[in-house]
Amino acid sequence: MQDSRTAAVSMRNITKTFGTIVANNKVDLDIYRGEILSLLGENGSGKTTLMNMLAGIYYPDEGEIFIDGKPVQISSPKDAYNHGIGMIHQHFKLVNVFTAAQNIVLGMDTDQDGKHISKGKLDIDTPSKRIREICDAYGFDVNPDQKVYDMSVSQKQTVEIVKALYRGAEILILDEPTAVLTPQETEKLFTVLRNMRADGKTVVIITHKLHEVEAISDKVAILRKGEYIGTLITKETNAQEMTNMMVGREVKLNIDRPEPHDVKPRIEVSGLTVRSSDGLLKLDDVSFTANAGEVLGIAGISGCGQKELLEAIAGLQEIESGEINYVEDDGSRSSLIGVDPVEIEAKGVQLSFVPEDRLGMGLVANMDLADNMMLRSFRFGKGAFTDRKSPHKLAEKVVKDLEVVTPSIETPVRRLSGGNVQKVLVGREIERAPSVLLTAYAVRGLDINASYTIYDLVNQQKDRGVAVIFVGEDLDVLLELSDRILVLCGGKVSGIVDGRTADKNGVGLMMTKLGGEAVG
Amino acid sequence: MFSLITFLPRAIVQSVPLLLGCVGETLNEKSGSLNLGIPGVMYVGAISGVIGSFFYETSAGENFNPVIGIIIPLVTCLLGSLMMGLIFCLLTVTLRANQNVTGLAMTTFGVGFGNFFGGSIIKLTGADVPSIALSATSKAFKTSLPFADKAGVAGDLLLSYGFMTYVAILIAVITSFVLKKTRTGLELRAVGENPATADAAGININRYKYFSICIGCMIAGLGGLYYVMDYANGVWSNDAFGDRGWLAIALVIFSIWRPNWAVWESMLFGGLYILYLYIPTGANFAMKEIYKMLPYIVTIIMLIAISLRNKHENQPPEGLGLPYFREDR
Repeated sequence: MQDSRTAAVSMRNITKTFGTIVANNKVDLDIYRGEILSLLGENGSGKTTLMNMLAGIYYPDEGEIFIDGKPVQISSPKDAYNHGIGMIHQHFKLVNVFTAAQNIVLGMDTDQDGKHISKGKLDIDTPSKRIREICDAYGFDVNPDQKVYDMSVSQKQTVEIVKALYRGAEILILDEPTAVLTPQETEKLFTVLRNMRADGKTVVIITHKLHEVEAISDKVAILRKGEYIGTLITKETNAQEMTNMMVGREVKLNIDRPEPHDVKPRIEVSGLTVRSSDGLLKLDDVSFTANAGEVLGIAGISGCGQKELLEAIAGLQEIESGEINYVEDDGSRSSLIGVDPVEIEAKGVQLSFVPEDRLGMGLVANMDLADNMMLRSFRFGKGAFTDRKSPHKLAEKVVKDLEVVTPSIETPVRRLSGGNVQKVLVGREIERAPSVLLTAYAVRGLDINASYTIYDLVNQQKDRGVAVIFVGEDLDVLLELSDRILVLCGGKVSGIVDGRTADKNGVGLMMTKLGGEAVG
Repeated sequence: MFSLITFLPRAIVQSVPLLLGCVGETLNEKSGSLNLGIPGVMYVGAISGVIGSFFYETSAGENFNPVIGIIIPLVTCLLGSLMMGLIFCLLTVTLRANQNVTGLAMTTFGVGFGNFFGGSIIKLTGADVPSIALSATSKAFKTSLPFADKAGVAGDLLLSYGFMTYVAILIAVITSFVLKKTRTGLELRAVGENPATADAAGININRYKYFSICIGCMIAGLGGLYYVMDYANGVWSNDAFGDRGWLAIALVIFSIWRPNWAVWESMLFGGLYILYLYIPTGANFAMKEIYKMLPYIVTIIMLIAISLRNKHENQPPEGLGLPYFREDR
């Protein structure tokens, strides 16, 4: 695509490697003034690395960066600010015990008029006034005297944006800004970004969510495996084209739902009631049956008892009353209540729960892939010795099957990008060939391609005759993937619907009101 | 008989090495460096001062000039502790070695260094007792204002000390002011709290760490010098410094990283440290040892109290003990 204007930022032939991983390979990118550009790519495609080189966090191994046509060296974040580039990182760069204003002025050598500020005196009043002006101009809500540790995630993000603007950023880079926001907060952020565009500023937003690309951006630049694929004008493209470019092959945007066969009951839950440790009712008289060879989707606003339900089945949660029975192939029943979690696991009940911070449950960040596989199998082995060979093989299989991007299986998982960490976690549970697969938020934070790999895996398991219980956030996905959907509302079963006939609005209503109708 | 008028000045004299060590360690910790080498640094500071003063005193003989007698040990002490600071910086900041291991190694090294040179000088003097006496230098260090002993109780309490006592308090107050009220202090605290943030804000992390660690070590080294020249009347004997270095680190926690609070709290610590001398225990040495534990018990209680209150401002710097490398993922 040709453009006669001079780009605000041009990157040419940029290459960056970390050890043996090539994060960016000969990338060319042009960013124009007064536009919102989406940088789209899968997990680990090098979006963040590329932008970090503009922000002065990394320095490119090869290639050149031009600002307004002039070649520049950006070797530190300070250089980046001097060129008018500000970046809002996914993990906020804020000092918790400082106030918003202290964070905003931190490290600034010159004031608004370019006058040098002395290292001695710390003046907070003048900056506070200026911060209020910026907030009024763009519609932010920031109290300069508030401590960062008292702020919500969205407030912290706002402080970051104000910080960049305060430093005179003309080009604002946001790294997956919506990952931590509620839909309402996202809408507010987008309004602010549009205001900034109207003010002539340039915005780059890193994302892997297609609907956000469509909602906010003028152009979309696509990266794949560290390489630049192309730039499209958002209005002239569609989700299918973007996905194909991003993934590099034709991807169906429909989720398969093979017809279930050999359906028979596997887990029977009746009258299940669970209280949290502080006495709150988490599950109230929940009854359902999960069938082998079926995907049972669980819908509900987050915190409605999904976690407790899965943990109760896995034997990790204390139960107040009710019954959970495991039904064998021959129809014989055995209760799972009061049974040691290890024994439940031995029956083939596998739980994979992906928490918000991904590493919080199930993986050890400093251990390598093979050792993390071993967390499930360390009990098997001869005598005092553990069996190291089979976890090693399993790790290799997961890496191959799920296309985990990693230098080797000896790499500590904290070195992997978020999506890849998750593939390791989900892959481990699935590869254990369970009879019941409990999975919560399996695709949280994953890009399209990886998500579809997970859906395929779920379907494979269903085909093998596994009873899958799939807790999801995205209603569209639940409706396309599940055979039946159990809707939870405040710890009660709001209803169980057929995934093939249910409609989104109906389920959405059931999530907020019991049975989908107004109560009380 | 217990008399507050004699007890307080002794507590204050005890407090000065603790205060200087504490201010030095606070500067280290505010930059995110948990420097457990402070006891070693104080030890090296003390012996460096002794070396300088020993050679000046023996060469000057009758012509001893008190001003030069103060300046030479001061300079050698600062150089010695600066050397220790630079070693710690090189290992933990530039080479990103583990701070705890480096610090503990430096304490061991510092004590060994001090005892080696201390032993050597004792041999040089050919004295019968295993100690070095630098009485002329000590006299210069201990000089108080001429009218101090004429000013009655107030003079005893406030004016009877050598100049380093007042210097120590001044250093603590200035350090507090710099940390709290200046841009330099804000940036230094940012480095210690969250180096990635400070880096993204364009602050030179390594420069701040080098400066605050080295200056901190020099301040701590002065604590060692004070101990020999003022408190111990210029008498060096190996291992006499005791556990004051660790007490200084405990004081950092007790003062919740506030050097101006440490001024008062070091006096409390100093008092607790010598309280056993004033409690009649007779020949019951076991009781004496229990009273010697008081400062540490108070520190533990303080630790429990601040973690119970869970106030963000009272927590250690978030980045304490962690190495920082920009391109690390």
